[in-house]
Amino acid sequence: MNWMRDYVRPTLRAVFKRSDDSEEVKWHSCKKCGQMIYRRDFVAAQYVCPQCDHHERIGPQERFDALFDEGVYQLIDMPRGMDDPLKFRDKKKYADRLKESRSKTDRQEAISAATGKLAGQRTVIAVQDFAFMAGSLGVGAGDAFLVAVREAIAENAPFVMFTAAGGARMQEGILSLMQMPRTTVALELLREAGLPYIVVLTDPTTGGVTASYAMLGDIQISEPGALIGFAGPRVIEDTIREQLPEGFQRAEYLLEHGMIDMVVHRHELRDTLAGIISLLIDQRRAGGDLPLLANASSGA
Amino acid sequence: MVSFLEFEKPVAELERRINDLRTLSDAGDVDVVDDIIRLEKKLANLLESTYGGLSAWQKTMVARHPQRPHLEDYIGGLIEEFTPLAGDRGFAEDPAIIGGLGRFRGRSVVVLGNQKGRDTESRLKHNFGMARPEGYRKAIRLMQLADRFNLPVITFVDTSGAYPGIGAEERGQAEAIARSTQTCLQLGVPLISTVVGEGGSGGAVALASGNRVIMFEHAIYSVISPEGCASILWRTSDHAEDAANALKLTAQDLKKLGVIDRIVGEPLGGAHRQPTDAVTSLGDAIAESLQELQAMSADELRRDRREKFLSLGSAGVA
Repeated sequence: MNWMRDYVRPTLRAVFKRSDDSEEVKWHSCKKCGQMIYRRDFVAAQYVCPQCDHHERIGPQERFDALFDEGVYQLIDMPRGMDDPLKFRDKKKYADRLKESRSKTDRQEAISAATGKLAGQRTVIAVQDFAFMAGSLGVGAGDAFLVAVREAIAENAPFVMFTAAGGARMQEGILSLMQMPRTTVALELLREAGLPYIVVLTDPTTGGVTASYAMLGDIQISEPGALIGFAGPRVIEDTIREQLPEGFQRAEYLLEHGMIDMVVHRHELRDTLAGIISLLIDQRRAGGDLPLLANASSGA
Repeated sequence: MVSFLEFEKPVAELERRINDLRTLSDAGDVDVVDDIIRLEKKLANLLESTYGGLSAWQKTMVARHPQRPHLEDYIGGLIEEFTPLAGDRGFAEDPAIIGGLGRFRGRSVVVLGNQKGRDTESRLKHNFGMARPEGYRKAIRLMQLADRFNLPVITFVDTSGAYPGIGAEERGQAEAIARSTQTCLQLGVPLISTVVGEGGSGGAVALASGNRVIMFEHAIYSVISPEGCASILWRTSDHAEDAANALKLTAQDLKKLGVIDRIVGEPLGGAHRQPTDAVTSLGDAIAESLQELQAMSADELRRDRREKFLSLGSAGVA
């Protein structure tokens, strides 16, 4: 029952949105080049700076709105899973950190998923939200990944995963680590169903997330400039006591080193995804081998 | 000579006294046999009480003990005709992960494990057991070899984690780990994973996604090292002890959480005190686990692994 999420919260949000008229929210300052951008233009440009092309981090809703045909989609219901399995506490209780993230993002967990049509093709898209505890992968996010994959299989639909995470969620200890093999098993099920798995790496994707489902796509796409790696840059610097080369662990660097298929601008992303999916599922849609020669169908 | 950990000081003191008495007794000056027997009994009790109630942080120290049995001890004690196989066929040989063919209790198997090294030279050679992508790619290659020839795979995990370096990143550390985990899960042969010392993060998962996961009594297995966790969440590594407790990284915690299948007891005072006994106990546990899986078909083995890892989530979501 998502009455709270689907009705009450959006309504409250709409009420508070009126304050958007203030000067402060009217303008966005690019985090990279500092350019002042009229917010409405920034949103229309899918949060890409018109001056320097910096791709601002965005959340699930922005992705779904931009990708699904006419912005129409259905959120996939996520189970209300176990919270704080270890009763973890550092300087602060993990339970409180979770609560904060939930009220800040209006989301239950770091991964949200939706089903809808992408250029006419039924597709399941899941998005990891960096704003939710750095997108970290814990049991709840693992649950969400699994549920999204199961939905794709049930709907006979390709699965597109947008990754963004600092890594595994430390506060869930070993259970967060176990989401690496768990999500990998989910991908085995998808593979057996013959459905494409497309990964879009977004800024930043590191740690146990990169070392599991984020690197196992049939196709690996990245947004420009995204930081992608196993170890974070600071950890590496501390280990080797050397400064890292320019552009290290950025999308373009990974492309150059053969780790991804392509770097795609956010404005081209929808068309690229639609094209790849259509090419990959061609045989599946045709229900068998397509004749390659014009006369093959005549039974010669 | 056993080297002592901080919390073992009373043990060290007692052992010193026993040794002193032995010297006296050997010299034949006085009859101290009764005293020695009494002190040895006391020592056993002290070891039992100390090791019976180790904290998570103390276990971390034991798991990293420089004299703890290492891969060469397990291979030496359990694997006959060990034939090491090198290289990932793409770039390099990574000595942080050792792998090869051999015979375990009469049966041909593929063995993989982290090699930490014992002295400065060998530690450097094996990069302290921290693998680079080539190590994981070699593991993938050998696991697939095992699959083709229907040989069970046994892994010995003992690493603080995968190596964080420029070259490792450049050559796809994350991808190599992800594929190694995936390969573990795809195998149509039994995969027995043992965490014998430290199981550090994704670098451990890549070799530990087995049908059965076995841990030594004082081994640890964690998403992040206590020091790393403390420096992120407490902003200082001084809180490593608090982090170790909070992370629930002991074999006992992991068994409770359903993450591992079996705990192998260690000799009194830790595996490093009686390495041969420790190696044999582990061998027995591996043999029993292999026995359990023997009758399963390739599909059943895959299903067994899938169900095991899918179940490590919220109730009802699998």
